[in-house]
Amino acid sequence: MAETDLDDLRAGVRELASSFPAEYWRRCDAAREYPEEFVRALTDAGWLSVLIPEQYGGGGLGLAEASVIMEEINSTGASTSACHAQMYTMGALLRHGSDAQKRSYLPEIAAGKLRLQAFAITEPDAGSDTTRITTFARRTPEGYVVNGRKMWISRVQHSDLMLLLARTTPRDQVARRTEGLSLFLVDLRAAGSAVRAEPINTMVNHETNAVFIDDLVLPADALVGVEGQGFRHVLSGMNAERILLASESIGDARWFLDTASAYARDRVVFGKPIGDNQGVSFPLARAWADMQAASLVRDRAAELFDRGETRGTDANVAKLLASEAAWAAANAAMTTLGGYGMAAEYDVERKFRESRLYLVAPVSNNLILDHIAGHVLGLGRG
Amino acid sequence: MNIVVLVKQVPDSGSERKLDPADNTVARAAADNVINEMDEYAIEEALTIKEAQGGEVTVLTVGPDSATDAIRKALSMGADKAVHVVDDAIHGSCAVQTSAVIAAALGQMEYDLVMCGAEATDAQLSVMPALLAERLGLPQLSGARKVTIEGGTAKVERQTDGGFWALEAPLPAIISTWDTINEPRYPSFKGIMAAKKKPVETRSLADLGLDAGSVGLASATSKVLDFAGRPPKGEGVKVTDEGDGAQKFVDYLAGQKIV
Ligand SMILES: Cc1cc2nc3c(=O)[nH]c(=O)nc-3n(C[C@H](O)[C@H](O)[C@H](O)COP(=O)(O)OP(=O)(O)OC[C@H]3O[C@@H](n4cnc5c(N)ncnc54)[C@H](O)[C@@H]3O)c2cc1C
Ligand SMILES: Cc1cc2nc3c(=O)[nH]c(=O)nc-3n(C[C@H](O)[C@H](O)[C@H](O)COP(=O)(O)OP(=O)(O)OC[C@H]3O[C@@H](n4cnc5c(N)ncnc54)[C@H](O)[C@@H]3O)c2cc1C
Repeated sequence: MAETDLDDLRAGVRELASSFPAEYWRRCDAAREYPEEFVRALTDAGWLSVLIPEQYGGGGLGLAEASVIMEEINSTGASTSACHAQMYTMGALLRHGSDAQKRSYLPEIAAGKLRLQAFAITEPDAGSDTTRITTFARRTPEGYVVNGRKMWISRVQHSDLMLLLARTTPRDQVARRTEGLSLFLVDLRAAGSAVRAEPINTMVNHETNAVFIDDLVLPADALVGVEGQGFRHVLSGMNAERILLASESIGDARWFLDTASAYARDRVVFGKPIGDNQGVSFPLARAWADMQAASLVRDRAAELFDRGETRGTDANVAKLLASEAAWAAANAAMTTLGGYGMAAEYDVERKFRESRLYLVAPVSNNLILDHIAGHVLGLGRG
Repeated sequence: MNIVVLVKQVPDSGSERKLDPADNTVARAAADNVINEMDEYAIEEALTIKEAQGGEVTVLTVGPDSATDAIRKALSMGADKAVHVVDDAIHGSCAVQTSAVIAAALGQMEYDLVMCGAEATDAQLSVMPALLAERLGLPQLSGARKVTIEGGTAKVERQTDGGFWALEAPLPAIISTWDTINEPRYPSFKGIMAAKKKPVETRSLADLGLDAGSVGLASATSKVLDFAGRPPKGEGVKVTDEGDGAQKFVDYLAGQKIV
């Protein structure tokens, strides 16, 4: 897409996002409330379905454009974490689902009638090491029966559909540990008490849950892609997720730097603006440089993804650099605002908490370094 | 129902606005130019009518090249097409001259209804609907807070300080709207993408059959002779409370005719 078209997307989504003022986010944050009005507005205006092909009623855009959209929303001080997964979770269905699955779900998702924004992978005893999950889908004549426990599963209570990764062959009976995992599309509306979500209180306003799955009966056509190949099916979607979350971090960094620079120009201490002190300005300048670098790697990763040449390394490095740039900007902003950085009214402390999450989730930056060490540098892995 | 919405691009009323000392006209080139806020309500109302009754919404703008941004915004909200009158000779035109240009452009279009904002935030004259009504011989329903179109009739609640007047006129008519009438939509993603493909016709004064000498600063009916910056804010009044603070406060407000 041409640069001017990207600018139009930026301007358009920015206008909508800016109509939700800081007070709105403060109120939701204090009440730990789902930002329903914001999510509705983004959905109705079509921003969350841009990655769905036009034939299914979506926007037919690539990740390059979607990243710009996410970045721009967060740069207004908003947080897309309540709904970002609605944009990319459907990717697994799009790339690996059957024609029937695509035809029956994608148009409804594109129209905003169905929410598919929960993805259950992590378990209490399997965090970073996904292949150790034990949630098991047992084959029956009609389909599958699933039992297990998931941890940290976000937006379950604001989703109609949930993707689920479960073992269909125990880990000790497969040739490679990444095999024997399968991907399922769970209709939460039909699941009843077989899927129970217990909210986890966190330092951010983010609906996330411990999920208990007891004798969940799934029809055979709930399977997405090939049985036993679920891990591979999840990977391309993870790359999209990393690139979009990197974009959110870049948006956060922009917000911190705009907010802190404005404050540093205005606030006069010792007879001059605090921004005249290099102790204040240099950390902001440094974070800006980090953000630029992250932004270029993100652009490159998105471009490769859109050409179908995704490499996990690019997407993960974008996520690593962007989350760290946002965190550097968050800390610099916190320092710049002095005591006022701690005050909820100034919003920095809220965004500070929000941006901290991305150092750990959806993949810990340590694991990205581990990936680089092993796959790029040929070193041993932890 | 074919509706023409008049849209003006103005300097953003939220930022500092300036006059150009070279010819005492609005400094548009350096300003942060946006669609006149009040026009967004007219666009929204036109789109609502179109969605209920069918037809087309056409945007009509008189303004420099940069006014295409305002046009694009209107198209991305959902208007179907646009006519942009652009001609260097129009620079510096007064409201009377501008109304002649708009009337000439409307003369080449087919419409049942003309809608516009009740005022533009730059000059705040609020005279355009009246000028056009006179030139085109159309009924004018100005300052609407509610519009109903039934058959060949427009019914309007005209907002006043104390309430409203109920107005009614046969179509075609001109209606201007206040910001109390609706909540303008934000352009949707698809609206933004679709706007790029919608037709925008450009017209010059010659296309409209107008003489360049009839418009522009030289023959304008009103001129800005001089201007000065806004004086800095005064000290304000301090009320010292000696038990009678509330009374002094009320007296002050009454003196300013605020209460
Ligand atoms: C708010 C929130 C929302 C989430 N939403 C979802 C969701 O919707 N769906 C979902 O499936 N999951 C979700 N998660 C889970 C998230 O993906 C995991 O928290 C993450 O993968 C890390 O797993 P863990 O917490 O079990 O940490 P662990 O795997 O226990 O790791 C703990 C620490 O040890 C380090 N570590 C582990 N192994 C190594 C190694 N080999 N080398 C170096 N360091 C290592 C890690 O980097 C980390 O610092 C969410 C988490 C949070 C906090
Ligand atoms: C929870 C909390 C409790 C508090 N309790 C008390 C209390 O009980 N009593 C009380 O009196 N105060 C209290 N304070 C206020 C606290 O002492 C001030 O916040 C602190 O002194 C910093 O002042 P400031 O917030 O105005 O920041 P500013 O002075 O505006 O400084 C903002 C930033 O500019 C930097 N800066 C300023 N000047 C320079 C310079 N010359 N060179 C380099 N950098 C510079 C600062 O380091 C800081 O990063 C409290 C604050 C908080 C957050």
